[in-house]
Amino acid sequence: MSKIGKPEKMVIDGKRLDGRGLEEFRPLTVEVGVLKRAGGSAIFKFGDTYALAGVFGPKTMHPRHLQDPQKAVLRCKYSMAPFSTKERIRPGPSRRAIEISKVLNKALSNVIFFEDYPKTGIDVFVVILQANASTRCAGLNAASLALAEAGVSMRNLISACTVGKLDGEIVLDVGGDEDQFGDVDLAFASIGNEDKIVLLQMDGIVRKEEFLKMINLAKKGCAEIYEKQISALKEKYKTGEEDVGSE
Amino acid sequence: MLEASESYVKKLVEEGMRVDNRKFDQFRLIKIEKNIIKNAEGSARILMGNTHVLVGVKMSVGEPFTDTPNEGVLIVNTELVPLASPTFEPGPPNEDAIEISRVIDRGIRESKCIDLESLCIEEGKEVWLINVDIHVLDHDGNLIDAGALGTIVALLNTKIPKYENGKVVFGEYEKNLPVRDIPIAITTVKISDKLLNDPNLEEENALDARITLATNEKAELCAAQKGGEGYLTTEEIEKAVNLSILKGKEIRNILKG
Repeated sequence: MSKIGKPEKMVIDGKRLDGRGLEEFRPLTVEVGVLKRAGGSAIFKFGDTYALAGVFGPKTMHPRHLQDPQKAVLRCKYSMAPFSTKERIRPGPSRRAIEISKVLNKALSNVIFFEDYPKTGIDVFVVILQANASTRCAGLNAASLALAEAGVSMRNLISACTVGKLDGEIVLDVGGDEDQFGDVDLAFASIGNEDKIVLLQMDGIVRKEEFLKMINLAKKGCAEIYEKQISALKEKYKTGEEDVGSE
Repeated sequence: MLEASESYVKKLVEEGMRVDNRKFDQFRLIKIEKNIIKNAEGSARILMGNTHVLVGVKMSVGEPFTDTPNEGVLIVNTELVPLASPTFEPGPPNEDAIEISRVIDRGIRESKCIDLESLCIEEGKEVWLINVDIHVLDHDGNLIDAGALGTIVALLNTKIPKYENGKVVFGEYEKNLPVRDIPIAITTVKISDKLLNDPNLEEENALDARITLATNEKAELCAAQKGGEGYLTTEEIEKAVNLSILKGKEIRNILKG
């Protein structure tokens, strides 16, 4: 079953269509503290995939009947800007966006100390401004940084990336046409660089051995993302100290 | 109904037991009935212990998606009917119902068990739409596995109606829906660092994490979804893969038997 417009080969001599090696990320951009009003915010880009996350709270939970007297309640909303894809996306929650919001929420729940903030709500908004595959992972990377910047007490960051299978080869960071024409797409997230997997979603047919190989590559990828996240946070607070000093 | 508390379920699991005396990888009794709704083109009832789901398939003709102009369309929807549980509320599907639908959809779609290209009537204009509606009638846990099983059974028994002069003639059939594989979704849950299959509702309320893996007849994986608030290690995922392959085979045998 060939798909319309599918290139004959997705991997040639160990290089992918955009010139990347099999285990190579697209250029990564990580920036913390990009919004003024939000308590915490961050940008995360895998190449052309551009995710922005903002965090409000912990603040008094409204509506009040959703309050938990023992701990904070996390609400997470993933959405794609209507202009983020080739065909315009209708604003408002799609089934896909609702599902992704749920899995991002569960992933982030692993690291937040909810008991520190009884009766409060923490709102995390993830907006995909430009989509070129791996949007949920970009969104999750940004969201965990935004939570950290908001000062929410956390045991660690969440790091996420995708792996895929193209022409039988396992590749890191599915991008662009690879998403549409690749055989398998696996979104993955772990607690920092630990062997604690908090998000895993896969489409496509793989043998067990390939699946485990994909998970191992994803773990390596997440360790790399984690480094980037840590250095972006350090970068943010380095300049922060200077600002305080000069005032 | 009196339910076992979360801590009791966990304590039992730590001691190697379950609330209903099953082994960790043992499913409850599965009962399958086919073609029970006359007005549906395909249907199935699944009883998995006290979990009861009814799946109906309705065929209609409509426009294809622009990126797949020569393929029929599969649409999976789950209704958590309020009579199934005091926690289900009326209204449009919530995030839980949507997740169930999408996980089941992925298992079926990615296995490529339905020859969607054969459902094209006129490229870019008219294709068959396969509407799968999963009604949960009694909720005692493991809705994904029960719903996925009901879906594949219903699809295997779906007939395509006649289509004449731009109209579907319901009740008169052209042929069977072409189904080439039998994907089975198996959910494995982690409770007190142990892995269990087919959780009932009490166990679901006590789970740390879950993973659903769909496998095809060749024992290949075709879809995966991790859920729940906790994490899984690579070792746990590998065990879940083995369980999915093994249990998938068992259930496929029940289906064929």
